[in-house]
Amino acid sequence: MTKKSMGSSFEPHRSGAIANLERRLFLRQGLSLGALALLAGCDVTDGESAQRALQAMSRWNDAAQGWLFNPARLAPEFPENRITTPFPFNAFYSEDEVIDVDGGRYKLELSGMIAERKPWTLPELYALPQVSQVTRHICVEGWSAIGKWSGVRFSEFLKRVGADLSAKFVGFKCSDDYSTSIDMATALHPQTILAFRFADQILPPKYGFPMKLRIPTKLGFKNPKHIAAIFVTNSNPGGYWEDKGYNWFSGS
Amino acid sequence: MTAESVQGRDWVRVHPLVVRVTHWINALAVLTMVLSGWQIYNASPLFAFDFPAGVTLGGWLAGALQWHFAAMWLLVVNGVVYVTYGVASGHFRRKLLPISPRAVLRDIAGALRGKLAHEDLSVYNAAQRAAYLALVIALAVLVLSGLAIWKPVQLYPLASLMGDYEGARLLHFFAMVAVVLIVVVHVFMVAVVPRTLPTMITGRARRATT
Repeated sequence: MTKKSMGSSFEPHRSGAIANLERRLFLRQGLSLGALALLAGCDVTDGESAQRALQAMSRWNDAAQGWLFNPARLAPEFPENRITTPFPFNAFYSEDEVIDVDGGRYKLELSGMIAERKPWTLPELYALPQVSQVTRHICVEGWSAIGKWSGVRFSEFLKRVGADLSAKFVGFKCSDDYSTSIDMATALHPQTILAFRFADQILPPKYGFPMKLRIPTKLGFKNPKHIAAIFVTNSNPGGYWEDKGYNWFSGS
Repeated sequence: MTAESVQGRDWVRVHPLVVRVTHWINALAVLTMVLSGWQIYNASPLFAFDFPAGVTLGGWLAGALQWHFAAMWLLVVNGVVYVTYGVASGHFRRKLLPISPRAVLRDIAGALRGKLAHEDLSVYNAAQRAAYLALVIALAVLVLSGLAIWKPVQLYPLASLMGDYEGARLLHFFAMVAVVLIVVVHVFMVAVVPRTLPTMITGRARRATT
């Protein structure tokens, strides 16, 4: 009762400020309603402006993940009894379409910002110092599986061929027409290996003969199989899935 | 018409501006995260069911991932603003506390019998307090388990707390279920007491004078 009459007596002095306040509230409410209408009104799959905004956010997420990436942080390694058997096959084609690369005639091509671009044969690659890892492969689809891969540290290989380690990207072209690319920091990570063996056997065709780049700090599709050519560059080469909309960095 | 009084009725300020703005941004962010999350789930279902394509966002896996990883910034930034405000301003202490289990059970029982008091929208009953606090906690678990799935190597200490990658994935799913259930009950209660809806937009509610 007292409160109400107080309010009335103040009214003439406050009406301007209140009208102002109401106008501001109306604007703010309009803004939040507008944001809701944006989602309801736009075509979420084909809308070009939504598409562009999402692409921009994906580039922002590349930058955020590059910043978050710690070159010294190792992916967890597992005892061999944790290995997933059978290890799932996964590619952009079915298992009966797996290509058969001729190991005897195989030569790994090098190009771009690399000093010694002589092609490498398989016996030469097998002669490099080998390391093994039992790590978790995580697919962009959500499933994961633990496997054992062996090969040469990719940083070791890049140093031997005189790659420019200050370049930004390493790109991969594969015999099955797949392609992908990674940041130099990940290429130099100690667990990033050029793998020639899976479960202590020469890599079978379905797991990427003659070699796969194993990167336990990235999603599975960033681990190219059947690698035919490696190049070092400063312009982002993209990749098969990346060009279709998967996030480029896709770090774990 | 002023904000103070209209013919024997008082206007009471129920929701501060920060709460209203963060509420609607959160609603948008959670809706986007859940619908895109269901599409992502469908790429490799954890259980023997899929979410119907009609209630998913993104069209296919890559589109859904783009929505999910864009909206996560909205969800997290907005959530940080809301929680910071709630703690610093005393809003949480005033509106959500105290919560006694006995009062929560009493009010849930009352709600089920349709006998829950809603005269004063500025005071949350115990069932509301429990639901809103549970939603904040479920969303926090959802964000943390999501970070563990997104970065199981860089955030390994977090992921290992949740049983590594696969454990975090299960936790993320069940935290989503909790959020969806709370939201469904919340929206149902708004339908039962519709005058709460304009109040979350204008911040004001009429109080009947006696």
